[in-house]
Amino acid sequence: MADAEIIPIGTRGQPGRGAGKRPSAAARDLAPKSGTPRKTPARKPGPAAGDAPDASGGVAPGEVAEETAAERPARTLKERPAAEPDAEQAAAARTEGRGLSPLAGIPAGDWLAAFQHASKELFGDQWEPQLARFLAFLRRRLTGEYAVDEYGFDAEVTERFFMAALRPVAQKWFRIEVRGIDNIPAEGGALVVSNHSGTVPVDGLMTMVSIHDHTGRFLRPLGADLVFRLPLVGSVARKGGATLACSEDAERMLRGGELVGVWPEGFKGIGKPFSERYKLQRFGRGGFVSAALRTGVPIVPLSVVGAEEIYPLVGNIPSLARLLGVPYIPITPLFPLLGPLGLVPLPSKWLLEFGEPIRTDEYDAGAAEDPMLVFNVTDQVRETIQQTLYSLLMQRESVFR
Amino acid sequence: MGAGRTVLVTGVSRDLGRTLARTLAADPGIDRVIGVDVIPPRGDLGDVAFVRADIRNPIIAKVIAKEDVDTVVHMSVIATPGSAGARGTMKELNVIGTMQLLAACQKAEGLRTLVVKSSTTAYGASSRDPAMFTEDMEPRRPARTGYAKDVVEVEQYVRGFARRRPDVTVTLLRCANVIGPRVVSPLASYFRLPMIPTVLGFDPRLQFLHETDLYRVLRHAVREDRGGTFNVAGDGLLMLSQALRRAGRPNAPVPGFAFGSLGSALKSVRRADLSPELVAFLTYGRGVDTTRMRSELGFEPQYSTSSAFAEFAASLPPAARRTERVLGSLAERLPAVDDDRPAQLTLAGGTDG
Repeated sequence: MADAEIIPIGTRGQPGRGAGKRPSAAARDLAPKSGTPRKTPARKPGPAAGDAPDASGGVAPGEVAEETAAERPARTLKERPAAEPDAEQAAAARTEGRGLSPLAGIPAGDWLAAFQHASKELFGDQWEPQLARFLAFLRRRLTGEYAVDEYGFDAEVTERFFMAALRPVAQKWFRIEVRGIDNIPAEGGALVVSNHSGTVPVDGLMTMVSIHDHTGRFLRPLGADLVFRLPLVGSVARKGGATLACSEDAERMLRGGELVGVWPEGFKGIGKPFSERYKLQRFGRGGFVSAALRTGVPIVPLSVVGAEEIYPLVGNIPSLARLLGVPYIPITPLFPLLGPLGLVPLPSKWLLEFGEPIRTDEYDAGAAEDPMLVFNVTDQVRETIQQTLYSLLMQRESVFR
Repeated sequence: MGAGRTVLVTGVSRDLGRTLARTLAADPGIDRVIGVDVIPPRGDLGDVAFVRADIRNPIIAKVIAKEDVDTVVHMSVIATPGSAGARGTMKELNVIGTMQLLAACQKAEGLRTLVVKSSTTAYGASSRDPAMFTEDMEPRRPARTGYAKDVVEVEQYVRGFARRRPDVTVTLLRCANVIGPRVVSPLASYFRLPMIPTVLGFDPRLQFLHETDLYRVLRHAVREDRGGTFNVAGDGLLMLSQALRRAGRPNAPVPGFAFGSLGSALKSVRRADLSPELVAFLTYGRGVDTTRMRSELGFEPQYSTSSAFAEFAASLPPAARRTERVLGSLAERLPAVDDDRPAQLTLAGGTDG
């Protein structure tokens, strides 16, 4: 029993009303009449282990708040396996040892049982090997015993964390529908060229997760140098497989047989006002086409519908943007009006359509040096994407459905 | 070539130069090795003949002519003022020294081979860098100060020399950061700090060259006649965070704007020298392509980046690794799994809608 002297607030330690020796009148009324008389009703049992709210009716007002933080996680752990057969056993163990120190109150066996239940919940019946694998993974991350490729791509963390975090957004929030996924070659280099929209490059992330989930391949995005100049963003981008959008890196990746993603509109596309939605901007200088021509990989046009509506860009603060050295400071109907809440993207329905691959291996060797040919292929890709966008927009019932 | 060669090595007062000179002296194909420096070497030079001369004045020409030198290995481009004194002295040693040495080489009729140890610092480090630099690429942001600028200028003089003396085989080796248990360099002393500062939000890619491989490649360049510019680095890359985890070193992220002043504070207490080019390297990282090192130079490093770093890390005081031990003891209680790739967690929803 806890024998700490409890001095109730407000009575200066004098016995009397609410002195803590007896429950107050209000508390007595609350208590069930036939309930077992509590041995030491006045003394708070300290942060007793397993003091579940349903344990006894007459809980003095102060007691609920007295729960220590140490107790709380224990209970949440316990509550989960409540439906399991040996929950009663756990409950029985829980009511014993009232008044002991918070940690001593829970026998080690209980901890183990709770832990086992939690593991079973998390990993299913095969929890032991699953947990062992998870531990092995954790240890590998802690000791640095993993490999990154020459661009800094960390396949393990990308697959396990980035993709796992993005997948629910792609499937539940944007309800992405993918069409023409067969146009992505199963192996070998290929260049996915997509329209760019949405104020924040969410479309790139969603394309990455959709391609990975449908083909098992990692899309290696090419990003602007701003991405790699920003702290955190740059390092996460490299870990996720991105590299700088320059001809050297693009050709190196394509020669290495990677699936490379480019958004040739760049900031012009992503930061265009909402009124110009689904109007493709200029496709850069056609650098992506020369890279594909030099390496002879197919170009897969990708049209993304839905990304335009996630953050409708209605305004811009060019002076602040110049000051910060970023291309634009977006104003959307919700941002910055609603503050952080305005950062939640609108749940538009997305359609991703991969078009017929455009072959580049049939051109002769010097084709990349022929500006006219490069312009023509660039236009062909751009037109394909634009036409697909129009037809997808016709098919779409509404923005959110 | 073959027997009867006389090799002159500059910068033998420092460990790298001294050890290289000794390795070369032990080579049966090389007759004589002459070590040159302003100050006497710290350790034993073995069979190497030491000539105390300053490469910044024309005496060096007389040494080359008198000793009938046919191969010059230039090792005297230094990364840190450290022993030399101020930055001004360092620049003079690096740039004026190289100019004088090359001028002397141009006059030397008997010279056949010139090997210059340069550094991948020549490529700089910035957010606009390609992932892997090949030998023909230029730095995206030309260096304006410090060691990086010295390296670029030295390389310019070397290229000028190669144009003027086409009969001399000029091998320019751009070596990645040299690391090893005995290496003293700004990067090595950075990793030896008890608490390692990193730039907040950046995780640079690092590439290392083991010191043994540095000696091997220089010897290889002296023995074989392969002119040109070559990147030299161990295979693979390490992220800084990964390297720190492998070494078990505690680290503290510092915002980028404060990193420079922290560097000067560390320099004033003589713990580490975070020069601007090292700060840029620790922010953006750098990778170099070593295809040409294999195909044209015909050199194969023994150590990869990670094994070179592992050997270096073993020389550091052992780390606590508490979390790791806890996880390890937990893992021992569980059945062993053959493949340690975890299956996808089912928490985050199915793979397909």
